[in-house]
Amino acid sequence: MYHDILITLMVLTNFTLVATSRIHKSIQVAAFQGVLLGLLPLTLGLGFHIHILLMATAAVVVKGWFIPFLLRRALTKVHIHREVHPYIGYTVLLMLCAFGTGMSIVLAHNLPLKPGGPFALFVPAALATLFTGFLLLVSRRKAITQVVGYLVLENGIYLFGLMLIEDMPILVETGVLLDLFVGIFVMGIVINHISVAFDSMDTRQLAELKD
Amino acid sequence: MTLYLLAILFTALSGVPGLFMQKHGARFAAVLMVASTMLGICAAAYVLFGGAGASLLLPGTSLIAWGLVSFDPIAAFFLVPVLLLSATASIYGIGYWDDHQEGARKVRVFLGLMAAFLALLVGATHAFVFLLAWEGMALMAFILVMTEDREPETRRAAWIYLVCTHTGTMLLLGAFAIMAGATGSFTFSALPIGFASSEKGTAMFVLFLLGFGFKAGMLPFHFWLPPAHAAAPSHVSSVMSGILIKMGILGFVRLASWVPDPPVWWGGTLLVLGAISGIMGVALALGQHDLKRLLAYHSIENIGIILLGLGLGLIGKSTGQSALQVLGFAGALLHVLNHSLFKGLLFLAAGSVVHATGTRDLERMGGLGRLMPKTAAAFLVGAWAICGLPPLNGFVSEWLIYLGAFQGLAMTRWWFSLITLGALAVIGALALACFAKAYGVVFQGEPRSDEAARAHESPSTMLAPMGILASACIGIGLAPGLLATPLNRVVATLSSAGQVLPSLGSLASLSWLTVMAIPLLLLGLLLWKWAAPKTWVKQQPTWGCGYLAPSARMQYTASSFADGLVQGMIWVLWPKIQGGRVRGYFPFPRRFQSHLPDPVLDRVVSPGLRGTAFLLSGLRFLQAGHLSIYLMYVLLTLLTLLIWMVV
Repeated sequence: MYHDILITLMVLTNFTLVATSRIHKSIQVAAFQGVLLGLLPLTLGLGFHIHILLMATAAVVVKGWFIPFLLRRALTKVHIHREVHPYIGYTVLLMLCAFGTGMSIVLAHNLPLKPGGPFALFVPAALATLFTGFLLLVSRRKAITQVVGYLVLENGIYLFGLMLIEDMPILVETGVLLDLFVGIFVMGIVINHISVAFDSMDTRQLAELKD
Repeated sequence: MTLYLLAILFTALSGVPGLFMQKHGARFAAVLMVASTMLGICAAAYVLFGGAGASLLLPGTSLIAWGLVSFDPIAAFFLVPVLLLSATASIYGIGYWDDHQEGARKVRVFLGLMAAFLALLVGATHAFVFLLAWEGMALMAFILVMTEDREPETRRAAWIYLVCTHTGTMLLLGAFAIMAGATGSFTFSALPIGFASSEKGTAMFVLFLLGFGFKAGMLPFHFWLPPAHAAAPSHVSSVMSGILIKMGILGFVRLASWVPDPPVWWGGTLLVLGAISGIMGVALALGQHDLKRLLAYHSIENIGIILLGLGLGLIGKSTGQSALQVLGFAGALLHVLNHSLFKGLLFLAAGSVVHATGTRDLERMGGLGRLMPKTAAAFLVGAWAICGLPPLNGFVSEWLIYLGAFQGLAMTRWWFSLITLGALAVIGALALACFAKAYGVVFQGEPRSDEAARAHESPSTMLAPMGILASACIGIGLAPGLLATPLNRVVATLSSAGQVLPSLGSLASLSWLTVMAIPLLLLGLLLWKWAAPKTWVKQQPTWGCGYLAPSARMQYTASSFADGLVQGMIWVLWPKIQGGRVRGYFPFPRRFQSHLPDPVLDRVVSPGLRGTAFLLSGLRFLQAGHLSIYLMYVLLTLLTLLIWMVV
C-alpha cells in the first residue's frame, strides 16, 4: 500500500526534475527522491530487521543529505543558478519523459520477469527513472545538473536492485556504497577539473578535447 | 621431468640476478642458461634414446586428470634447439649487448622469460597451457623486438608483429574450441576417427593452418617476419628465427599426432603452401640489401622446406604409405633442428658484422673476410649448410625429403612428389645464388665504406657461441646416423595407433652419408689450401682487373650481383627501380636505386588497411566530442536492447 504511494511520488518527482530550470530546485527534488527511495525498504513488509533499518538510514542519509549537501556546496562556489540553454527544451523534454514512462510500463509488462509480489510497479518505475536520468544527462549543459542526472540514474538502478533485497541484501548495500562513490567521484573530478581547466562549468568546452 | 622443469625455472630466472648486479649480470645469466641447457638436454636425450616420457601431475588438486604438461618425445626433440639457441644467444649477449648499452638488463630478463615460455610450450599438452605459453612467448618477443624503440622502423616492426601474433592466437582459440568439442576435453588427445573429414574437422584444420602459419611465417602470412627479425638485436633474432617461428611447426607436428586419418588434401595444402613459401622466400631474399632481412627471408624459405616435408609425411599417413610418412616427417623434423642451428649461427655471425660495422646495409660492407676471419668462417659454415650442400647438416634433412619425394613418385598421387622435387631444386639453386651474393658482398672484395674498413674481429664471447653452433652443424652433417634413433621415436608418436613403421635407417642409409662426407670435407680443405693466396702473390685490390685506378666502387654491388636473377623473376617480385641507364660517351652522373618491397605487406596489407581506415573515417562524425551525445548513444543502445528483448 505505502510503497505504491512512494513509487508514484517518485515518478512524479521525475517529471518535476525534467521540467525545472532552477538548479537549486532540481537538487532539492533529487534529494526528495532519494529520501523516498530510502524509505521504500521499510514499507515492503519485510519487518524491521536491523539490516533493513540500517540500509534505509544509509540510503536516506547518503541520497537525501550527503550528496545534495556536496552539490549545494559546489553550487555556492561556482555561482550558477539556472540551466539557461539546455540542448532540449523543457516542453519537449517533459513530453519525452511522459513518453518514456509510458514506454517503460509497456516494456515492463512484456519483460520476462517473475510475476506477483509487491513489485508490480517496481520495474516500470525503475525503467522510467533510468530513462529520466538519461534524459537529464543528455539534455543539460551544466556539469552540476549532469551530476543530478547521474544521481537520478543511480536511483533508478537502486530501485531495480531493491527487488533483490530479500535474496541478495549485500548487493543492494553495495549499491548504496556505489552512490557514495559516484557522488564523490563525479563531484571531485568532473566539476573541479572542468572549472579548473576551462574556467567554466559548461561541458560544451569538453568538445575541444576530441581528436 | 624434474630436469625439464628445473631447466624451465633456470631459464626463466636467468636474467633476474643481473637486475641487482652492477656488472657481470650478463655472465651470470649465461651461466644459468648454460646450466639449464645441460639439464634440459640430458632430459631430452633420456627420452629420445628410449626412456619413458613423463607427465606433470599435481596431486591433491583437480588438475590430476588434465595432464597439463608432459615431456614426450616431441617435446624432447623441440626442447633441444630451444635451450641450445637460448644458451648460445645468452653467451653471445655478453659481448654483443653489454651493460653499457641501453636496455641490456631488459633484454636479458625478457630473453630468459621467452626461452622459458618456449620450453614450456613444447611440453604443453593442454590447450590452456599451450595458449598461455604461446601468448607469453609472443609478448616477450614483442618486448625484445621493441628493444631499440627510438627507431620508428623498430616500433613499426614490433607493432606489425604484435597484431599478427594476436590474430594468430585468436584463430588458434577457435581451433582449440572445435577440437575440444570433438574430444570432450581441452587436454590434447587423439581425435575420433572420421572427425577430420567432417565439416568441423575442415574448419579446425583451416583455423590451425592460419594460426600456426602466422607464427611459422608461411607465405602469405610471413609479412611480420622480415621487419621484426631485422629490428631485433641479433642474438634475439637468432632465437626468434631459430626457434620461435618453429613453434608454428610444432603446432603442425602436434596436429599430425592427434589426427588418426588426415584427409589427403591436408597434406597437399601444406605441401603446396610450403613450395610457394620456399620459392618466394628465397626469391625475395635475393633482392634484399639488408643483411638481416635477407636472412629473415631465408627463414621463410626454410619453413617452406619443412612444410614440404610435413606435407609429404601427412600424405603418407593418409594414404598408408609408411615409407613416405617416415621420410617426410623425419626430414621435416631434422630440418627443424638443422635450420635452428645454422640460422642461429648465421644471425649471430650477421650480428657480429653489424656490431663491427654499425650498419646492416650490404652496400656498405665488403672485404670483412680479412678483418674478421673467424666470423667469416662461421658465416661460411652457416651459408654452406643452409644451401643444403654436403657434407653439412642442411644436406641431410633435404636429402631425406628428396628421398621421400622419390618414394612418392611411384604412388597414385605422384604430382605432389613432383611439386616437392621441383620446389626443392629451385630453392636449392636460388639459395646458393643468394648466399654467394651475401658472402661475397660482405666478406670479400674491398670495403665499400669507412665503417667496413675499420671493422674489427668480435670478442671471444661472441665467437664461442658461433663455434658451438658451427660444430653442431658439421657434427650432424658428418654423423647423421646418431640422430636416427631420436627421429624414429618422434616419428613413431606421429603414427596412428597400431601402425608399425619401418625404421629410418632401413629407408635411408645414413651411415653412407658419413662415409661420403669425410672425404668430401677433406677435399674441401684441400681445395681451400690450394686456393689460398701463395706468398708470392702481390697484394692487390680485388677485382682490379688491370685497371690503373681501381676503386671500391667498381665492385659488384649486392644489387648488381642479384640483378640477373631478380630481372628474371620480375613478374613475381615487382622490384621498384629508380634511375636509368647511362647513355652517351660523356654521361652525366646518374643515380640508380632499386628496392624490393614485400609483396604481401607493402602491396596488399598496408594499402588495404589504409583503404579501410579511409572508408571508416566517414564514421568520424559519430565522435562529436559532446558528453551528452555519447550518453545518448548509451541510451539508444539500452532502449534498442530492451525493445529487442521484448519483441
